Amino acid sequence: MSPKTVETTTAPAAGELPEHVLKFIEQTRLLPHPESYLIAVLQMLQKHFGYLPAKSLDTVSQLMQIPSAKVTGVATFYHFFTFVPKGKHTISVCLGTACYVKGAGILVDRLKEMLGVEVGAASKDGLFTLEVARCVGACALAPVVIVDDKVYANVKPDELVKILSKYGYKPK
Amino acid sequence: MPTTPLAQVLKMRHEAISRLFDAKFKAITRITVGSATCENAAGANPVYDRFVHLFGQNKKPGVALGRVGCAGRCDLEPVVTVISKGKIPVKYVKMTPAKVDKVFESHVLGGKVVEEYTMEHVAGLRQFKKIVSVCHGAGCIKKNLGVEKAFQDAITELGLGDSVAVTRSACQGLCERGPVAFVYPDSTVYQKVTPEIAKKIVEKHLHGGKPIAEHTWSGKRLANRFLPIYGNVQFFGKQLRLTLRNCGVIDPENLDEYLAVQGYEALGHVLTNMSQKEVIDAVTKSGLRGRGGGGYPAGRKWQIAYDQKSDQKYFICNADEGDPGAFMDRSTIEGDPHTILEGLMIGGYAIGADKGFVYIRAEYPMAIQRLEKAIADARAAGLLGKNILGSKFNFDIELRLGAGAFVCGEETALLASIEGSRGMPHPRPPYPTVSGLWGKPTCINNVETLANVPVVIIDGPAWFSSIGTPKSKGTKVFSLAGKVNNTGLIEVPMGTTLREVVYDVGGGIKGGKNFKAVQTGGPAGGCLPESTLDTPVDYDSLAAAGSIMGSGGMIVMDEDSCMVDVARFFLEFTQDESCGKCTPCREGTKRMLEMLERITAGKGKEGDVEKLLRLADTVRKASLCGLGQAAPNPVISTITHFRDEYDAHIREKKCPAGVCAALVTYTIIADKCVGCTACARKCPVQCISGAPKKVHVINQDACIKCGQCLLACKFDAVLRK
Repeated sequence: MSPKTVETTTAPAAGELPEHVLKFIEQTRLLPHPESYLIAVLQMLQKHFGYLPAKSLDTVSQLMQIPSAKVTGVATFYHFFTFVPKGKHTISVCLGTACYVKGAGILVDRLKEMLGVEVGAASKDGLFTLEVARCVGACALAPVVIVDDKVYANVKPDELVKILSKYGYKPK
Repeated sequence: MPTTPLAQVLKMRHEAISRLFDAKFKAITRITVGSATCENAAGANPVYDRFVHLFGQNKKPGVALGRVGCAGRCDLEPVVTVISKGKIPVKYVKMTPAKVDKVFESHVLGGKVVEEYTMEHVAGLRQFKKIVSVCHGAGCIKKNLGVEKAFQDAITELGLGDSVAVTRSACQGLCERGPVAFVYPDSTVYQKVTPEIAKKIVEKHLHGGKPIAEHTWSGKRLANRFLPIYGNVQFFGKQLRLTLRNCGVIDPENLDEYLAVQGYEALGHVLTNMSQKEVIDAVTKSGLRGRGGGGYPAGRKWQIAYDQKSDQKYFICNADEGDPGAFMDRSTIEGDPHTILEGLMIGGYAIGADKGFVYIRAEYPMAIQRLEKAIADARAAGLLGKNILGSKFNFDIELRLGAGAFVCGEETALLASIEGSRGMPHPRPPYPTVSGLWGKPTCINNVETLANVPVVIIDGPAWFSSIGTPKSKGTKVFSLAGKVNNTGLIEVPMGTTLREVVYDVGGGIKGGKNFKAVQTGGPAGGCLPESTLDTPVDYDSLAAAGSIMGSGGMIVMDEDSCMVDVARFFLEFTQDESCGKCTPCREGTKRMLEMLERITAGKGKEGDVEKLLRLADTVRKASLCGLGQAAPNPVISTITHFRDEYDAHIREKKCPAGVCAALVTYTIIADKCVGCTACARKCPVQCISGAPKKVHVINQDACIKCGQCLLACKFDAVLRK
């Protein structure tokens, strides 16, 4: 289908997407293989919302002229995308080999206990989401814990309370 | 206007150098601060800012400040290097803003090195005024009988032992001139050294201060150029840096610095003097094999893509470095992004592609940002786009980001991901070189492979193929991590043994513990025990030993690592990353993981190991892509080499390394317990009893094996077994 047949500005669902994403989709229409930018669009949305709201996926499907099934298929395939809102801060424990052999598994267990959540979920107060990361490539600093964009190196289990306190964590 | 692309590059270099000259290269002292993902995590930014601040206050002529990529000593970051003319570079490690103040005042302003912050001091090595490094590559070692000893003897004789050290180096690719010896910091290269010449070098050069011209080699090669700048000869001398030649030396965000070190000269040369066929022949002749793990000859791949008739071809750089424990590609891109672009352009020219992609993990924000800048700078300088350097060659590069799927490192899955689909592999043939991106012929090479291409062109395929083993040419970059003293990024000639990597470059096992295994090749590789440590690092030898070269992750494990748990860890990874398209991988990895989980939980049954091996064989043979075919490798290799650990888990319900939580017990050693109550207070289930100042006891029935007591005890009284 020719991309020109899609009305962008008047489509009511378009309001679900932030302006810069709409603009990006618009630009891709002029490029060869516009559908190949689907992952890039989803990444922008995830960055904007912190997760992928279901409605926004429908809008992407319409605007990019990609079947909804495929958009969902792609979004669910890649680990990077989530469908539930995140906590204010994201704690990511690297579970790469180097971190693992240096005790990252213990850090995950401790964090689960501290926050009362399973991996992938947000704490009840909405402050933290606990995640585990594939290797972040900082193996020499293992084990590493990443809170938002800040990397904490050589983390020991006992240091977790101190680290999280900086982000408003209150020990039980 | 220069007439040829090469002349144009040379002109650009000339201009770049003149722009840099006053600022950088004319400087008597250069201070560089490491800047990469890991450096910054270790605190490099405040260190750099502090230098900027101090320079603002004290103008010091002849001193330049700059940022460089990762030089490879990750465990000691942030690293600050002070390079003064005629002196061995001083590397300050684990720097903080407070230490910067002291270094600035004492060293930069006062000329006095702050010994206690140097890499040598931290590593327990001595600082020497001069270092003689005798090549121990295969070519030299056959002929250098007695040379090392002659150096030693002469040095002792003249009483220079306190100021001159003798070390060994890895092959530096000067085999035809061997035996060679290097003298630092003068960066003098002596060729065809005999014991007699060695004696003369000590007398005239090391003692008298005058190099002996008739025995020196004055040629220039990309690989040898920065030897004096790397510093810390004990660590870097055993390496040969081709891929990483500029990492930690130039500012990765400055095109001028890349141009100044012969950057884009290979591209200029190719566009001026070589036909497409000649480029392919050069790469074929060099013996360069794919560094992503497969080891497919790069030249052959290019040839197949070249042979296809098509209106459109693509060249892709695979930077989807997903192996846990691998960070070679990230460091290479962060340290020297233009090299990748240059390799990609040369490849594009050779096969007749005008469009290139770099497919990179979204988890590497700094690498992405530096590549974006490099692409923009190259485009602005006329190195990308239409009619590059005035030639008829058009080429442009686009970045595509992954979204966290390990399988996308597999080439057909990578193509699907670039096309915007689920990253699922499809059966080959047709290979991507015949029918790839959008059905067009597509050549896919790994970051490290492409970084070697400019070296092959500039220094020549014959020289390149002189390094390494008969079937594996050149060098290999490894990210050395785990329980080893010197963790970091290293590059060694193919054929270096695992033992040399772990003990010489890596500095041995942390804390004096016993070596247990080295894991190569990530989740697709295997664990190799002590008995295989003399295996040379090359594609075929590692495969014969039961592992693979892989992309270059190398994790060292000591006696505290449980090999069954390691196998379970990798299986958990591949099982989670299996895309689910083919049954053997989807179901097979799941069932293998279940069996391993059972064994590590103490519920293993006799015969489980045989079942695992049978299933592993099926998964290996029947899976669609490399992920599934290689997934059983960690299981097979740990069973082959560490069967006793599996048996201990299954028969005795014991984890010899004390890792598997369900199989360990915590006990308190009565002799060591002082009754401080620290453990009892920490225990979450209150299963530790004992009054203050009395020996405590753990109630094994109630213990949940969380290990809190072990962490709490300051008297080593808690035993984990």
